[in-house]
Amino acid sequence: MAKPILVLAEQHRGEIADITFEMLGAARAVAGATGAPVFALLLGSDAVPLTARLGAADKVFLVDTPTLDAPVPSAAATALKTVQEQAQADLVFIGCTNISLGIGPILATRTGLPLVNFCRALRVEGNALVCTSQLFGGKIAADVKLPDMRGIVCLYPGAFPAEAGRGDKPPAVEKVPLLVDPPKVIFKQYLQPETGDVDITKQSVLVGVGRGIQTQDNVQLAEELAQALGGAVCASRPVIDQGWLPLSRQVGKSGLSVKPRVYLAFGISGAPEHWEGIQNSQCIIAINTDSKAPIFDGAHYGAVADALEVLPVLIEKVKARKG
Amino acid sequence: MNLYVLLKMVPDTVEELNVAADGKSLDTEFLRFKVSDPDEHALEQALILKEKHGGTVTVVALEAPEVDEVLFTALAKGADRALKITTDQTRLGAFAAAQVYAAFFKAGPGQITPETLILAGSQAIDDLEGELAAYLAETLGLPYLGVVCNVARANGKLIVLKEFAGGLRGQFEIGLPAVLGVQSAEKPPRYVPVAKVRAVMKSAKIETVEVGVSEPAVRLQLERLYKPEVAGRAQMLEGTPEEIAEKIVEVLAKQGIL
Ligand SMILES: Cc1cc2nc3c(=O)[nH]c(=O)nc-3n(C[C@H](O)[C@H](O)[C@H](O)COP(=O)(O)OP(=O)(O)OC[C@H]3O[C@@H](n4cnc5c(N)ncnc54)[C@H](O)[C@@H]3O)c2cc1C
Ligand SMILES: Nc1ncnc2c1ncn2[C@@H]1O[C@H](COP(=O)(O)O)[C@@H](O)[C@H]1O
Repeated sequence: MAKPILVLAEQHRGEIADITFEMLGAARAVAGATGAPVFALLLGSDAVPLTARLGAADKVFLVDTPTLDAPVPSAAATALKTVQEQAQADLVFIGCTNISLGIGPILATRTGLPLVNFCRALRVEGNALVCTSQLFGGKIAADVKLPDMRGIVCLYPGAFPAEAGRGDKPPAVEKVPLLVDPPKVIFKQYLQPETGDVDITKQSVLVGVGRGIQTQDNVQLAEELAQALGGAVCASRPVIDQGWLPLSRQVGKSGLSVKPRVYLAFGISGAPEHWEGIQNSQCIIAINTDSKAPIFDGAHYGAVADALEVLPVLIEKVKARKG
Repeated sequence: MNLYVLLKMVPDTVEELNVAADGKSLDTEFLRFKVSDPDEHALEQALILKEKHGGTVTVVALEAPEVDEVLFTALAKGADRALKITTDQTRLGAFAAAQVYAAFFKAGPGQITPETLILAGSQAIDDLEGELAAYLAETLGLPYLGVVCNVARANGKLIVLKEFAGGLRGQFEIGLPAVLGVQSAEKPPRYVPVAKVRAVMKSAKIETVEVGVSEPAVRLQLERLYKPEVAGRAQMLEGTPEEIAEKIVEVLAKQGIL
């Protein structure tokens, strides 16, 4: 029988993250082609009650050492390696998320397994697993082959259906007693996000600005449009990093996920890390000078145009319409 | 502090990216390179730490197109030394690049001291094999943290902030020496006028270094690179800015916003 696939389940402070179900679903699909069992690994003392939710796995390994409550990559990698060896799993799935970032390369260094990052699709070809990854902000795809189905694959959030990884029959659970040395990276505390003046997750219209907006003054134009529409301004990372808008307006992987009725994207390329935060918008309208910008692949409407030329006219027209 | 910043050159995605005839690399004919975004932040964070706590900032890069200008710019911003490792970065994955850097830090000019802090970018846009900072830290036996957005020093230790999702951040304490993957600095990267960079090009020198890794091991079997086949494509609104604005207004009306 094929060797097991081991999924590093992601949980954050007692909540299973969607990426866990997405990975379990992807693992089940691979297992369907190879007959491999699917195992999940849960870490941390508060993970005990969560095992029941991982019914899509044939077995859940649980390392409930309190040391693993802190989100420290090297400690997680230690537990992962122990279970990976014990279960003889040569194929390991990890989430491409901020919390799991770094676990893969540490495990790869310790085990000698190859690692594929940013994976969005998987297919079995004979004895090999072919992983499709997206690089360069979504502009180029790469196919990488893992011979003998051996390797560590980091799966991108939102790329695999979560539904396929949900199961309600309680899985078998195996506790793995493991003492993990206190890591050299010491977790102190979480710092809650500052609540801004506006909660962008609650808006029905959002005007998003990216690097293409070019200057802080131009952000004001977007603000004017947002006001005319009764919505709010939000931004991609480079705009926030420049200090042109506060952190509470950042949309994406490290920022907030939004789901407005309409998301207008001005000068945003549509990198996967931004897309993660806007994918649930009902209607996305993108304005970008680059006809090849990846944002046009997912948006509902698009225009190849200069945001700075469209914005002033649009503001006038919206105002006229509103009377 | 003994601060090292690792700079990586990546293709500028503003330009069109095309796949070369071999189907496994980018066509370099019209490619323009720039320093990876997070690396600018890693440099800024290093310069801030130096200003606050003293020490030196050394920028290090592998041989790559247009890298000299980036190294000179770093000097103009306030870095003390610029080193270029003669190994060509082209086609080196993160794992192989980490081996080169590990050799650099194990011997030679980069020897680790109790005051060494290595700042890499958290993640580059071509990070197919995972993050170099994590590979490097593990190989050197040093602590690592990525997606870092603030580094301070207190009582001889580092107080480091890491980004999670939704604006949540975590605070960590890390002893030196250490390796961090920086996502953004506590302040926007400083600007340096071109004239100053030109002046530095005349007065300063980039030191070249050889490390004893002739054939870094490549672990990944890349089958092919290609433009992604896309599932959907936006309905395009054509015309002058005026006409486009009009069409957007119609969409907004259809969506019940106007
Ligand atoms: C761990 C991690 C976490 C991240 N978290 C986030 C996050 O939370 N949110 C986020 O957004 N990003 C995040 N990123 C960064 C992400 O990878 C991208 O770098 C970022 O989203 C790019 O922002 P952008 O589209 O504004 O800039 P760019 O990619 O530089 O795109 C600018 C676009 O503007 C267009 N343009 C230029 N001029 C004009 C004009 N006059 N009119 C119209 N269009 C114009 C260009 O054609 C281009 O497409 C993260 C990255 C990492 C590695
Ligand atoms: N070839 C390279 N030359 C210099 N620095 C690199 C190289 N590869 C990776 N780095 C450093 O590691 C960071 C992360 O890159 P990556 O591992 O490709 O995501 C970069 O931002 C650099 O700081």
